[in-house]
Amino acid sequence: MSGKRSTFLISALVFGFAFLYVPILLVMIYSFNEGKLVTVWTGFSTKWYVSLFSNDGMIDAAWNSLRIGVMSATLALALGTPAGLVMSRFGRFKGRTLFSGMIAAPLVMPEVITGLSLLLLFVTLEQMVGWPAGRGISTITIAHTTFCAAYVAVVVQSRLSGMDTSVEEAAMDLGAKPAKIFFVITLPMILPALLAGWLLSFTLSLDDLVIASFVAGPGSTTLPMKVFSSVRLGVSPEINALATLIILAVSAMILISSLLILRSERNRSRAPSTEEA
Amino acid sequence: MTSDTPEKSLSLKQRFDRWMIKHGRVLVIGIPYIWLFLFFLVPFLIVLKISFAMAEYAQPPYSSLFDWIEEGVTVTLNFGNYLFLLSDSLYATAYLNSIRIAAISTVITLLIGYPMAYGIARARGSVRSILLMLVILPFWTSFLIRVYAWIGILDREGLINAFLLWTGIITEPLIMRQTEGAVFVGIVYTYLPFMILPLYSTLEKMDVSLIEAALDLGCKPWKAFLKVTLPLSMPGVLAGSLLVFIPSVGEFVIPELLGGPNTLMIGRTLWNEFFANRDWPIASAVAIAMLVFLVVPIMWFQHTQSKQEERQS
Amino acid sequence: MLVPEAVLDRAHEDVHKTQPWNNPDAVPYIRFENVTKKFGDFYAVDDVSLDIYRHELFALLGGSGCGKTTLLRMLAGFEEPTSGKIYIDGVNMAGVPAYERPTNMMFQSYALFPHMNVEQNVAFGLHQDGLPKSEIRTLVSDMLALVQMTKFTKRKPHQLSGGQRQRVALARSLVKNPKVLLLDEPLGALDKKLREQTQFELVNIQEKVGTTFVMVTHDQEEAMTMASRIAVMNEGVINQTGTPFELYEYPNSRYTANFLGQVNLVEGVLIDDDEKYAVIKSDEGGCEIYIDHAVQGHRGMTFWAALRPERLRLTKEPPEDTKYNCVSGKVEEIGYLGGISTYHVRLASGKRIKVTEPNSTRQIEPRYTWEDPVWVSWEAGAASVLNK
Repeated sequence: MSGKRSTFLISALVFGFAFLYVPILLVMIYSFNEGKLVTVWTGFSTKWYVSLFSNDGMIDAAWNSLRIGVMSATLALALGTPAGLVMSRFGRFKGRTLFSGMIAAPLVMPEVITGLSLLLLFVTLEQMVGWPAGRGISTITIAHTTFCAAYVAVVVQSRLSGMDTSVEEAAMDLGAKPAKIFFVITLPMILPALLAGWLLSFTLSLDDLVIASFVAGPGSTTLPMKVFSSVRLGVSPEINALATLIILAVSAMILISSLLILRSERNRSRAPSTEEA
Repeated sequence: MTSDTPEKSLSLKQRFDRWMIKHGRVLVIGIPYIWLFLFFLVPFLIVLKISFAMAEYAQPPYSSLFDWIEEGVTVTLNFGNYLFLLSDSLYATAYLNSIRIAAISTVITLLIGYPMAYGIARARGSVRSILLMLVILPFWTSFLIRVYAWIGILDREGLINAFLLWTGIITEPLIMRQTEGAVFVGIVYTYLPFMILPLYSTLEKMDVSLIEAALDLGCKPWKAFLKVTLPLSMPGVLAGSLLVFIPSVGEFVIPELLGGPNTLMIGRTLWNEFFANRDWPIASAVAIAMLVFLVVPIMWFQHTQSKQEERQS
Repeated sequence: MLVPEAVLDRAHEDVHKTQPWNNPDAVPYIRFENVTKKFGDFYAVDDVSLDIYRHELFALLGGSGCGKTTLLRMLAGFEEPTSGKIYIDGVNMAGVPAYERPTNMMFQSYALFPHMNVEQNVAFGLHQDGLPKSEIRTLVSDMLALVQMTKFTKRKPHQLSGGQRQRVALARSLVKNPKVLLLDEPLGALDKKLREQTQFELVNIQEKVGTTFVMVTHDQEEAMTMASRIAVMNEGVINQTGTPFELYEYPNSRYTANFLGQVNLVEGVLIDDDEKYAVIKSDEGGCEIYIDHAVQGHRGMTFWAALRPERLRLTKEPPEDTKYNCVSGKVEEIGYLGGISTYHVRLASGKRIKVTEPNSTRQIEPRYTWEDPVWVSWEAGAASVLNK
C-alpha cells in the first residue's frame, strides 16, 4: 500500500474517531464541573452525582427502565431465537416471505410509526377484549419485545448461517432427534450470539424514548422520557452526571462481554497444525 | 422404524416425542410468527383503518368506521384526513424536507464512514478488533445522550461559542443549534456506526489480492479503488445507506433537540399531531403517507438482506 | 460384454465368498433401485440402481457435482429420493429419518461437536440409544484404543491436529456399530503424506471390524488403493462398477478410461472382424490396430482404442512387422521424472501420443531428444476397444 494512501486512511480514522468520541468525553468531563453553567469550568466537584441520586423521579424512572429492559430482552431472546433458527435452517415454507419481512422491517421502521401503531393496537384491543387495561410497564415491555426480537433474530440467523450444518447433521446421524439437537448441539454453539442478542435488546430497550412515549401510561415514565423532558430545556449538569454513569456502565458491560466472546471464538478457530502432534 | 407398537403402550414421553416430531416445526415457526403478526403487522392495519376515521372528542378520540344498523354493517370511509394533508402545504414541505435532510445526511455519513471502514478493514488483526470495538461502543451507548452531548457543544452558550468568543474570532455568539446544520451533525453522528459496520463487513471479506492484481496489471491505486474495490463493496454501501436513510426520514429526537422551530421533519409533525393536537386520525394519515414514501426503500433493504442471506448459505 | 470370458471364468466357489458380486445367488446388503434425486429442475442423481454387499469397502468415485455425495446423503437419510427405493439389509428406508437409520457417517469436515471433548464426542451416539453408563464407558475406551486416541480423551476438538480429528470422527461414527459406515471424502482434509498413511489404516480398521463401508471420493488413487469395488459416476449416472483391476484394464467407456489413470484414445473404424480377432483402421493414428479378441459391432462402426502410456514401446528403428499396431512420429515433449520418463510423440496426422518408459538401466545420456523420429508400437492385447 502506498504511503500516501495510508496517511489518508489514518487521518480519516483519527478524524472519525475524534468526531465520535469528543462529544461524549466533553459530557463526561463537564459532569465534574462545580458550576451550573456548562461552558465555564469553575472547579472539580461530584455534587451533581449526589443531587442525581437524591432525585426520586429520576431513580424511579431508572428502576422502571431496568425492569422493562430485563423483561423485554429475555422475552425477545425467547421469540427471536426460534425466529432466527427458522430463517436459517427451515428452508422454504408457506408465508416465509412475510415472515422475513416482519423480521427485517422493524430494524429500519421509523420509531414514530412503530410507536403510534402499537398504541392504536393497544387501544383497539382494550376496546374489544378489555386487555390491556390501561397502559404502563406491560405495554412498553410488549412493544420493546417486538422490535428487540427482530434484532435477536438477525443476530442468531447470521451466526447460524456462518455455522457448518454438518455438525447438526452429525448429531442427527448419531441418533439425536431434532429438539434434542437444538438444545444439546445448536444452543451451546450459538451461546455467544445469544448473549450478544440479549445485551443488544437490553440496551435498545433502555435507550428507547419514542416508542415508550407512545405506549406509556401514568406512572410508567422511563429514564429516557425523564431525560428528554429535562434536556428539552437545555443542558443540565445532573444529566451530564447521569450520562457519564450510563456510558461507563455500558462500556464496562460491552468490554467484558466482547472479551468473553472473543476469547471463546479465538479458542475455537485456533486450528493447530495439520501435522500429527 | 415401522414398528407396530399399539398406541396404548406408549409412555407419556414417547407420545410427547411423537407429537414434537409431527408438530414441532409448526410450533417453532408459529410462536414468533403469531407474535410478530399480532404486534407488528396488525397495528399497521389499525393505523390504516383509523386514518380513515374522524377526530372526535371521545375516548378514544376518533369515530368508528363500522356502524351496526339493522341489516348489517355500513362502512364510512373518510378521506378528509388525506385531503387535509394535501391541502395544507405544511405537510408536503415536511415530507420533502425529511427526505432531503435524510438524503444529504446519508451522503455525508457515507463519505465519512467509507474511509473509516476501509481503514479498519485494512488494519492488522489486533488493531482491527480494537478499532471495530471503538465503532460499536457508541452504537451501544444511549442515543439520547449522544444527541444531548451536541446541545452542550452547539448551543448559544455552548462550548464552540465560548471558545470562539474567548479567542476573539467572533464578538457575537454564532447560532448553530436550532439550525438545519445541527440536524445534519446530529444524524451523521448518531448513525455513523450503522454505515461503518455493513461497509466494514463487505470490505473485510474482500480478497486483497484482487487489488494487488489490479495494481500488478498496471492500474493506478486510485483507479484500482474505483474499478475494483468500490464496485465490490456496493452491497455494503447500499445496506449502510438504507440503514441510515430510512430511520432518519422519520427521525424525531434529533430535529426536536437540535433543529430549530422551522426545521420541519415528518416524524416531528406526527409527534405534534398526536401529543399536542391529540388528532389521532391525522397522525395516522401522516404515518400511512410516510410509509408510502418508505415502502420502496424498506423493500429494497429487505431484498439486500435476503440476497446476503443467500450468499452466506 | 467388454470384459473377456477368461476374467469371468475365474468365478468359482472360492471367489463367491470374497467376490459376492460375481455370485448370482448372493443377497445385496444395500440396494439402490432406480433412485432419482431432483433439485428443482436439476437431476443430481438420475435413475441409479446399485447393489453393495456385506463387508465391502465400496467407493463412489467422480468429479464434483457428479451426484456421489447426494447418493451418500440419501443413504444416510439427509435427503429423500425423488423417486426410487433404497434398501439396507432388506429394509426399505423410505420415510425413515436419519436418526433412526442403521447408518453412521463420517463427515468431510469431521463435524466434531466443538463444545465437547473427545470422549463426549464419541459417547454422544451411545447416549442417544440410552445405553447404561458403564457400557458406554467400555465401548468408548475400546474404540479410542482402536484409533489410538486414548491419550487425548479430555481434549477439545480445537486442541487436536487434523489427523487426530479424523480419528475421533471415525471413532464417533464406528462406536455405534452401524450396519453401514458412510465416509464423505474421509481423507480430503489431510495433507498428502498423512493421507497415504491413513488410507492403509482405514482399510485395516475396516478389516478388523468387518463393517460395510461406503465412501465418496474424487481421488482415483485413493479409491483404487482402498476399495473392494468402485462405481465411477458422472452427471448423476453410474458409468461403470467394478474392482479397481476391472475398471483399469477393462473400462467400458472413454469417460472411465480417462478418469482412472492416463490413456491415449485413438478413433477408428472396424474394417475386419472374426471370432478370434478384429482390425480397426484409424486415420487419426495413421495405422491399423489389430485386436486379439472379438468385438461387438459391425464393420464400418466407429470405435476408440484405449492405449495406456505404459503399455507402449518407443524405438528408433521400425519394429519387425509394421503392418499392425505401430505408428511413427517425432518426439515433441520430454518429461524426465527419474524413475520413468514420459514422451509426447506427434504423429503425421497431428495427434499426440503419450508414452511412458521406465528408466530401468542407467544411461550415459538421455535416450531420446526433441525432434527425434521414433516408432511407437504395442502388443495385440494392449488396446481396449470402446464404443462410447
